[in-house]
Amino acid sequence: MATALMPRRWLAAAGTIACVAALTGCSSHKTLYQWESYQSQVYEYFKGESPKEAQIEELERDLQKIKAANGAVPPGYHAQLGLLYSSLGRDDQMVQQFQTEKALFPESATYMDFLLKNAKKEGKQ
Amino acid sequence: MMMRLLRLCAGLLIATLAAGCAQTKTVDYSAFKQSRPRTIVVLPPLNESPDVKATYGMLSQVTYPLAEAGYYVVPVALMDETFRLNGLTTPGDIHQVSPQKLREIFGADAALYVTVSQYGTSYMVFSSATVVTAGAKLVDLKSGATLWTGSASASSEEGNVNAGGLIGMLISAAVHQIVSSVQDDAAYPVAGIAGQRLLSAGRNSGLLYGPRSPKYGTD
Repeated sequence: MATALMPRRWLAAAGTIACVAALTGCSSHKTLYQWESYQSQVYEYFKGESPKEAQIEELERDLQKIKAANGAVPPGYHAQLGLLYSSLGRDDQMVQQFQTEKALFPESATYMDFLLKNAKKEGKQ
Repeated sequence: MMMRLLRLCAGLLIATLAAGCAQTKTVDYSAFKQSRPRTIVVLPPLNESPDVKATYGMLSQVTYPLAEAGYYVVPVALMDETFRLNGLTTPGDIHQVSPQKLREIFGADAALYVTVSQYGTSYMVFSSATVVTAGAKLVDLKSGATLWTGSASASSEEGNVNAGGLIGMLISAAVHQIVSSVQDDAAYPVAGIAGQRLLSAGRNSGLLYGPRSPKYGTD
């Protein structure tokens, strides 16, 4: 009797675990992107209290983390870096960041091209 | 014991499957489905609250839920800077920009117009609550049609059931006072929760999933 009970118990336990897994599957929390500090750095930018160099440092450091983890860079991340480099007059790096944004997200092409074109114009004047 | 658990869980599972993971929807999504936006530009939110930080606190929190829902979100700080360079510095002015112009500059399929009605901490006798409330309207930039509207709220006091009697309430009020006065940005994390409630896909009456989500087309 006792030996017959054991497997049944195990079965019930396994069933319960599988069922809980199926239930929690509904609210799966795996994200599409690895966000790191992107949104809080955008907020820092808007507040304008911390130096741009420090913001770049944070974002570049987090970018390494994302790359190391093989994660997906969120939309706008490289564009934000481009904006920061541009505000420091580091135009080569700005162009590079805008082009990376465009390569990762072809949806951004219209806007990135608009910005790159404007940057070129300013550079010529 | 285990069998009872299993039975309970199986019952719940059946109920969940029957109801579907996403709850029943009562909103008319036909215009949304026809439009199939890929790129969304979120304009700086209008602020109806007394706190000047509301516009940019909220704007900093919208990219996460929209991108996780599967949309490309026009980079928010860069967008704000583009408006600034063109002499548009207030959300009111920016909300007047024509849909054609928004499409032309940002390459966006749809624009999200957000209004923040509550943002900040109100102090009461025994407690203080930080509340953020916002509403939003998604508009197709080609047809001008409204694709979706929604609103959401979040509070720092949610689930904060006070069981400590009068003394407990006094202590809690004191602690909150300190925390709130130290944290000038108390509303910012609350705005994050409100933003997720407002703009996550797969919620009742919420946004539909976008093309970058594996769940695109399933709702």
